[in-house]
Amino acid sequence: MSDCEKMMPKIWDRDNECMSRDRLEALQLARLQQTLKRVNEHVPCYQNKFSAFGLGVSDIRTLDDLAKLPFTTKEDLRLNYPYGMFAVPMREVVRIHSSSGTTGKPTVVGYTRNDLKTWTQLAARFMTAAGVTPDDIVHIAFGYGLFTGAFGLHYGAEEIGASVIPISSGNTDKQIMIMQDYLSSALVCTPSYALTLADRMEKKGIDPKRLSLKVGLFGGEPWSEEMRREIEQRLGVVATDNYGLSEVMGPGVAGECQHQCGMHIFEDHFIAEIIDPETGEVLPRGSIGELVLTSITKEAFPIIRYRTRDITRLSYETCECGRTHARMAKTMGRSDDMLIIKGVNVFPTQIEEVLFQVEGCEPHYQLVVDRAGTMDTLEVQVEVNERIFFDEMRKQHAFVDLLEKRLLSMLGVGAKVKLVEPSSIPRHEGKANRVIDKRVQ
Amino acid sequence: MKVEQISIFIENKSGRLAEVTQSLGDSGVNIRALSLADTSDFGILRLIVDKTDVAKQALKERGFTVNKTAVVAVEVPDCPSGLAGILQVLDKGGVNVEYMYAFVERCGENAVIIFRFDDPEAAIKVLLENDVRVLEGERVYTM
Repeated sequence: MSDCEKMMPKIWDRDNECMSRDRLEALQLARLQQTLKRVNEHVPCYQNKFSAFGLGVSDIRTLDDLAKLPFTTKEDLRLNYPYGMFAVPMREVVRIHSSSGTTGKPTVVGYTRNDLKTWTQLAARFMTAAGVTPDDIVHIAFGYGLFTGAFGLHYGAEEIGASVIPISSGNTDKQIMIMQDYLSSALVCTPSYALTLADRMEKKGIDPKRLSLKVGLFGGEPWSEEMRREIEQRLGVVATDNYGLSEVMGPGVAGECQHQCGMHIFEDHFIAEIIDPETGEVLPRGSIGELVLTSITKEAFPIIRYRTRDITRLSYETCECGRTHARMAKTMGRSDDMLIIKGVNVFPTQIEEVLFQVEGCEPHYQLVVDRAGTMDTLEVQVEVNERIFFDEMRKQHAFVDLLEKRLLSMLGVGAKVKLVEPSSIPRHEGKANRVIDKRVQ
Repeated sequence: MKVEQISIFIENKSGRLAEVTQSLGDSGVNIRALSLADTSDFGILRLIVDKTDVAKQALKERGFTVNKTAVVAVEVPDCPSGLAGILQVLDKGGVNVEYMYAFVERCGENAVIIFRFDDPEAAIKVLLENDVRVLEGERVYTM
């Protein structure tokens, strides 16, 4: 290896990550056609969807034809719970993961031996892009379990040849002790937990910059550029973002390189589209809209045009790092207004339901999500009306307590209810915009 | 024997109390007594005024949430243990006081206290049986 190559950050799979767009698109089409053929043979949900649209697999002759196919939604996955979307017999499935559903049934995904190999390779790609090398000691503080986060990065780091510390989540003091003693150099956790660690170190009088940490790979919740700067400054690491969702594979769908200019989507394994979430139309390149993903190599759980509900933008210019794969911007929100609060998925419709259930209460409301220190906070502002206004403070407090209790049991995460005067919450034309997420502003 | 009181929900931010009193003034409503209960987020302003319905309408038009409640105006001897005696009567009669506040004007030699009971009818009965004077609404609005 020349000195020049030593200086350059490594690309894990240069052939595939830097292939020309023409070659990439030819590969995508071939893999898409194979995937469609397989799901049409083995997954009744897709058979029914395609035939309802009057489409045969042979009608998909170009990548643009993908837009003719129907979407797959979370609802489809719920209806086919637990194994209805699998395209292989269970004896070929070697791993099962599950999404973090808070209400109703979670969604279940499976992996064949080849799927795990692919996942491991893709995790190794984005971890390498973030700067992880065989010399690193990778500290994985995601919870190990049904959640895809920890296992995804675990196998990726081992594949690179780094040393993995599978510490899992929780016990912050022990995490810090291990970071100090075991010389952890790459930190894997949620961005808010990175700040929790920084806070605790500050309290204990430990200077994070005297640890061995050099890179952070953060994911699992939305975070702003401001938060990135704060983490980088306080922990003294390069903080990188990565993207994935269990329905599509887990972490390793996309990841940022050290240029921090968007997350490369591994397009040789996934086809990304941006659609208008209202009409479902595919939008021109460069538009902001909902990300739709199609897997083109997965065996156990292939997924066609999955509506991620994440709002983002794709850019296709070749990155300075040399990778040709499209880059997705940090997610800018959700088309279904889903919020991730303390790692729990929260939908405004759940809050509406609680307000509606409480007798006589169908008021105008707004959600304010913020971060106090490192903890997410949710405030539900409710406009007072005559039915929920009492002239006795005791009854007024009892009403607020009741709402807070019901919200906690519905959402699985605590919310503060704040009563506000009528007409003090802005009304929006058309689609109600009931969420203010100060964490991403 | 009951007195009408209006309660107004006020968010804890500057200028809201001024807005309430201004709209009452603009409508020619005179405040006879008031009490404000507050928390860090919001307050409940309770008012006895000379023209309850006019006041309620004016405040609703300005976008306030307003409720009307029945309270009881009680004459209390203006001397040591005056109020204590009445509270003992209520206690013995098994009547709960939700809150109370003093009226500015006196009624002859006596002070006037506004009581909010969970059961005003029962409270009035207990008070009258113990020879405590309860004031009529009309009397209170024009005091």
